[in-house]
Amino acid sequence: MTRDDQRTQKSTDQDNGAKAGSPTLAIQARHDDGPPRSTEKVFELKELSVSYGDNLAVKDISMDVFHKNITALIGPSGCGKSTLIRCLNRMNDLVPSARVEGQLLYHGQDLYGPKVDPVQVRKMIGMVFQKPNPFPKSIYDNIAFGPRILGMKGDMDEIVERALRRGAIWDEVKDRLQDNAFGMSGGQQQRLCIARCIAVEPDVILMDEPCSALDPISTGKIEDLMMELKENYSIVIVTHNMQQAARVSDRTAFLIVELTADEKSRWGEIVEYDETEKIFTNPSDPRTEDYVTGKVG
Amino acid sequence: MESAVPPTERARYAVAGARANVAATLGSQPRGDVNRNNAFAGLLFLSILIALAGLLALLIQAGVEGAPAISTNLLTEPPSTIDTANAGFRPALIGSVMMIVFVIVLIVPLGVGSAIYLEEYADGTKWWNRIIELNIQNLAAVPSIIYGILGLGLIVRGPLSLGFILLAGAITLALLVLPVVIIAAREAIRAVPPSIREGSLALGATQWQTIRRQVLPAAIPGVATGVILAVSRALGETAPLLLVGATVFVTFDPTPLEGNYSALPVQIFQYATRPQEDFQTLAAAGIMLMLVVLIAMNSVAIWLRNRYEQKW
Repeated sequence: MTRDDQRTQKSTDQDNGAKAGSPTLAIQARHDDGPPRSTEKVFELKELSVSYGDNLAVKDISMDVFHKNITALIGPSGCGKSTLIRCLNRMNDLVPSARVEGQLLYHGQDLYGPKVDPVQVRKMIGMVFQKPNPFPKSIYDNIAFGPRILGMKGDMDEIVERALRRGAIWDEVKDRLQDNAFGMSGGQQQRLCIARCIAVEPDVILMDEPCSALDPISTGKIEDLMMELKENYSIVIVTHNMQQAARVSDRTAFLIVELTADEKSRWGEIVEYDETEKIFTNPSDPRTEDYVTGKVG
Repeated sequence: MESAVPPTERARYAVAGARANVAATLGSQPRGDVNRNNAFAGLLFLSILIALAGLLALLIQAGVEGAPAISTNLLTEPPSTIDTANAGFRPALIGSVMMIVFVIVLIVPLGVGSAIYLEEYADGTKWWNRIIELNIQNLAAVPSIIYGILGLGLIVRGPLSLGFILLAGAITLALLVLPVVIIAAREAIRAVPPSIREGSLALGATQWQTIRRQVLPAAIPGVATGVILAVSRALGETAPLLLVGATVFVTFDPTPLEGNYSALPVQIFQYATRPQEDFQTLAAAGIMLMLVVLIAMNSVAIWLRNRYEQKW
């Protein structure tokens, strides 16, 4: 218990240090200049299974997600990537039939423990969705919503500006903060959603296919943004785009769809989880190789 | 453009031939298709005309017949059986307006609250919630006279025993239109995409914060439209009011908590049941007055919908 506490404490210190711009923590290396150095575990998944009613969605997922890493989940449609990422901030609680088995530790604490309030979980673990989902309000109010409901102290204008700057969208919207967010392009909306997520200063950002509705230029901007955000946040990203996983992530998990013999039920399983470079250049499982080289999927 | 034309004579012929083919295909819609298309469009237009014919007949009939009685007297004078030239609808109009105010005060919190519960909190797989849903759908189709009987037994007499007062009429009308409001509010709430709720919850907002700050503001135009349409219906109801005390011939301004009251449709009914020509004219003028009020209210509803409707 005390060890868990210390661990959480340590992570908080690291966060504060990094957010204040202190260079004490070594910036995480990209996968192509050496193996990831962070060994602090943000999530530890231990034989995690999720089912909807009687249908198993993912089965026996075991993996560790590291601090200030970008961790990518790749795999074919229906392999449960989205289901898995939605467990990490308990968004699956919104589906009444969803049931989670196994263990999910967040900085050593059981996220599905009896005393854990999902609302508190989501304050620390933010999420960006597949389709940009700005609120039907002004750009300013989109950002200010989170800090307001969480009762964050400080000058709201500053909070909004800081979040928009970190979301790499300040220069594009600074002259029209009171305009409705629906008037922005898809790529801008998605960066606004990322900025909105950053505004409440989470510890982890989950991204569920954040670029699948965007054009390549917007995608590039968001990937650049992710590389910047990695200095302060741990990021987990689900993506259909293998190049994207190869470009941005430090570690990659490859999931596949398993079928029962009669093909009546299907679920997702993890095939391989390793450093991204290894997954894409020298995977240990032939199924991974087939997938990343485009032979299947 | 010329440079795109191929250099050889043969190629030129080939291009010309291909173009002629395309032109022929594009311009070759069979005559029968065109006729069928037009016939179908005509039929659809005819059905609109038939639907509107009833309303048009009412408008013309009431307009022609009521024209002599249309004056500001309709608004400012009480009804009279002696001086028909100066008789009006003042107490009925005031009664209707008062009732509408009470109806709105009652149905907005109850209707929106029920809709929020059913859409956001209720687990639709549980049998009691399904029974509630089914009942609300059914209640919306119960004949209004039944609500009159209910109002008489429950509100005027019985447990509440308010007596034949305006408030009793308003409560009865509120009960009558409540299902309509609940259904409209539910649809407005359901039209707010789940992604908005997810976005809010993912920021660490509670369910109530999400509903209060995101879902309800986005649903207000739809809710308001539903409320206005429900109130229009309440304004036009006669049958239940006849049972809860609005039958009397009121010549003074009504008060909500005591004394007799009347309402526009009841007053029109009063005049229309009298055999004399003058009263028929007054009834027709009353119909015009009520149509004006209804059109005004529906216009506000349409304006609200167009002004604030959110395109997702």
